[in-house]
Amino acid sequence: MSKRFLAAALLFSVSIAPALAAKTSLVIGMPIEPPGLDPTIAAPVAIREVTWANLYEGLVRIDRDGRVQPLLAKSWDISPDGLTYTFRLQPGVKFHDGTAFDSADVKFAFDRARAPTSTNAQKQIFAPIDTIETPDPLTVVIKLKEPSGNFLYYLGWGDAVVVAPETAENNKANPVGTGPFKFKSWTRGDKVELVRNADYWQKDKTKLESVTFRFISDPQAQVAALRAGDVDAFPNLGAPELFTEFKKDARFKAVVGNTEGEIVAGMNNAKKPFDDVRVRRALMHAIDRMALVEGAYSGYGQPIGGFFSPNHPAFVDLTRVVPYDPAKAKALLAEAGYGKGLSITIKVPQMAYASRSAELLSAMLAEVGVEMKIIPTEFPAKWIEEVFKAKDYDVTIVAHAEPLDIDIFARDNYYFNYKNDKFKALIADIAKTTDEKMRFAKYGEAQKILAEDVPALFLFQLPKLGVWNAKLKGLWENSPIPSNDVTDASWSD
Amino acid sequence: MKRSSLRWNTALIVGGILTALLIVTALLSLVWTPEVPTRVRIALRLKAPLEAGLLGTDHFGRDVTSLLMVGAWNSLAIAWPAVLLGAAIGTAIGCAAAAWKGIADEIAMRASDVIFAFPAVLSAIMIGALVGSGPLAAVLAIAVFNIPVFARVTRGVALQIWTLDYIAAARAIGKHPLKITLEDVLPNIAGSLIVQVTIQLALAILTEAGLSYLGLGVRPPNPSWGRMLSDAQTYLSQAPHLAIAPGIAIALSVLGLNLLGDGLRDALDPTLRGREG
Repeated sequence: MSKRFLAAALLFSVSIAPALAAKTSLVIGMPIEPPGLDPTIAAPVAIREVTWANLYEGLVRIDRDGRVQPLLAKSWDISPDGLTYTFRLQPGVKFHDGTAFDSADVKFAFDRARAPTSTNAQKQIFAPIDTIETPDPLTVVIKLKEPSGNFLYYLGWGDAVVVAPETAENNKANPVGTGPFKFKSWTRGDKVELVRNADYWQKDKTKLESVTFRFISDPQAQVAALRAGDVDAFPNLGAPELFTEFKKDARFKAVVGNTEGEIVAGMNNAKKPFDDVRVRRALMHAIDRMALVEGAYSGYGQPIGGFFSPNHPAFVDLTRVVPYDPAKAKALLAEAGYGKGLSITIKVPQMAYASRSAELLSAMLAEVGVEMKIIPTEFPAKWIEEVFKAKDYDVTIVAHAEPLDIDIFARDNYYFNYKNDKFKALIADIAKTTDEKMRFAKYGEAQKILAEDVPALFLFQLPKLGVWNAKLKGLWENSPIPSNDVTDASWSD
Repeated sequence: MKRSSLRWNTALIVGGILTALLIVTALLSLVWTPEVPTRVRIALRLKAPLEAGLLGTDHFGRDVTSLLMVGAWNSLAIAWPAVLLGAAIGTAIGCAAAAWKGIADEIAMRASDVIFAFPAVLSAIMIGALVGSGPLAAVLAIAVFNIPVFARVTRGVALQIWTLDYIAAARAIGKHPLKITLEDVLPNIAGSLIVQVTIQLALAILTEAGLSYLGLGVRPPNPSWGRMLSDAQTYLSQAPHLAIAPGIAIALSVLGLNLLGDGLRDALDPTLRGREG
């Protein structure tokens, strides 16, 4: 009897021992696997969600409230004409391969990103740059051709992180940055493992020893992984209807945050019948956005009428510009010559928000005599190939996660095939406007142009439904920039 | 063979009723459903059975009863042509193998083994890559899966027929094997084939549901039992009826067709008939 008790006590003590020391590993779940690990050469958000602020750092960073904070640049001066930026760099910073970080790396990284051959997804960040000078290893002077209102803010993005000339080429598979975590391994189709960077320049900044990003696309499997403890956190849970259950469960923290992601059904504006604004407006009139949010996202998410984040101070609510009005939709279709009906297709990626929205859109459009066939596609690889690059589509649906990305409608050769010279000129003008008030007013104007011209069906703002272990602290509740910054994450016991 | 060639048994009756129900429901859905099955009614989403419609509503507020009815048609619309196509080709191969034997038989049977090694889901993915995934790919995949099944069954029973004396006599007087196959062999093995078609139909319905569940079958928004199940997954705790309804529909259909197949075998199979005589 006493022996048995002793054995039980021993067993108990063994099982409780690891719980006493705070956990130092973290497993983050993500719905989509990144195609590579270099945010400076490709667009997918998943790349930033693994690497930004964890592996790579830029001169500045965006904090959890969306504000610009110093990082590799400890301070900076901007000349009164807004054309010269002088950055003073942090001393003693090393890349993960042991080489020192200095001004030459900054010059290299930015020159690489703005080179004509570069595939950087946000070249507008670097477009205003005239010259980059490096008077000494800890000073970078960037001269602009024209003032750029968002320049500093943009430098906080994943597309503007600093990479080293020795390793940049291989960053896609073997990333080397200056961040608090180092790359350990990547098991394709499963996970990316990072370990603590012992030589990190901000000593004792991070409490975690290792971080693993696991890729689980099926919402049901995401929930199972969370419940089983295989995954500690899902910053973006795939199924809103399952989110409610976690809200009731004390073991988990379930937080509804906001993101910069607008879900839009992009239309091929160069293709018939989408080259006719009446058709585009008719489709928009046919869509009940409130019902869409309810049906596709269990009521989480805010309907939008333009392409601008409601979190931004320059946001204007334009959902009334082309409101839900099936009768008007039918009239416009008839006017455009499609009174007898119209048959179109939508290419739909596998994400739950996309396939559900597509099914609802198809049902709503059917009510006004538009038959929209659903063609499944796979995100990112197949979608990028077919829709983004080849532009072989009628309608598609995807969330645009980047903050302040209204300028994509001004880009030549972007997948919407949208051409509006007035809008383009306005966006160019905004880029040069450094006065905040003026800039915000112009952003409002730009939003109105899009809301009226409907180059894409503006649906709703994607919420960030985050679920994580209740003992986990320091994760971001909102997503002012697509990321899973775990620098401040720690376990409470 | 006193009064009727069919001898009624419980399996036959139950199976027949369930199958008739399936077919009638499917046909009825072509002319009438309680609601428009694809009509989205967000205000009525996730209603329990009898709260809105007989079987409640799904996550888009669509009427589950209507979805099930049209789903029955879509299920049969894929399963029937697929099984018939597979049966036609498979039977032809099996008859030919039995009639000519030798090397032709060997090739046909080994080829069947190879095809048989691929599960229908795998063939569907391959065919989907070739012709684009959708109902056509599902039909072809299920048909391909059925070819070796029918080839084997046909060859087995046909070989028995070929050993009979009157066939030997027909051959002796120089009747062409093709003529023998059509006039003497096929009518004799028809019973076995009908039984096999029934059983394969059950399997085909199950496979179609599986393919649609994986997104390889019927395309949304066209309703399908398999996709109803996959849609219901994440709502299981809030609205279990969404999974139970199509689940029962699939189970009853498969059970019905299997019972019908068993019943028909008991009623039609000449070997059993002799024994019970």
